[in-house]
Amino acid sequence: MSDNQALDRIKQDVESNDVVLFMKGTPNFPQCGFSGQVAKILSHLEVPYKGVNVLEDMEIREGVKAFSNWPTIPQLYIKGEFVGGCDIVREMFASGELATAFKTAGVPVKDAAQA
Amino acid sequence: MPMEPQEIEKMIKDALPDAEVYITALVNDGDHYRAQVVSEAFRGISRVKQHQLVYAALKGNVGGALHALALETAPPETA
Repeated sequence: MSDNQALDRIKQDVESNDVVLFMKGTPNFPQCGFSGQVAKILSHLEVPYKGVNVLEDMEIREGVKAFSNWPTIPQLYIKGEFVGGCDIVREMFASGELATAFKTAGVPVKDAAQA
Repeated sequence: MPMEPQEIEKMIKDALPDAEVYITALVNDGDHYRAQVVSEAFRGISRVKQHQLVYAALKGNVGGALHALALETAPPETA
């Protein structure tokens, strides 16, 4: 029951926000290096996003792993779709794919993503 | 509980027999590793699905016994 409630809340979060990052800590104070790296990439691209601190809610922390069939945090969602964790986001950022994915989704992103 | 790199490699190869697997330790604590995996199974599928295949091979150890497994996956180069 509580499991389903957690999944419903996750679903609602990723559907009502264009970009959602499930992370350990907050965008300003990440509590894990991997979450921090993704937060840094998003702020570098100046993408508006909602950060969900999974450390504050055990049900969300476990629920989001079931939601995406993905065992680790962070998890990035664009327009309700699971994009990946830290490794994938980093690879996509480096290749410019991430900026393209945001543009395609209609999310404002700073150009000059290609460093 | 830490895992030995040989154990990680074996679990990946059990599930993906053609895989070439390179494991390196990120920190010498037995639960932060980088795994580079090359397998035909990855051809034509998204990165998320590629990583999910490796996570499935590791049967719930990622996020548990393995705090962090930095993953790089790719199909073999067709050169």
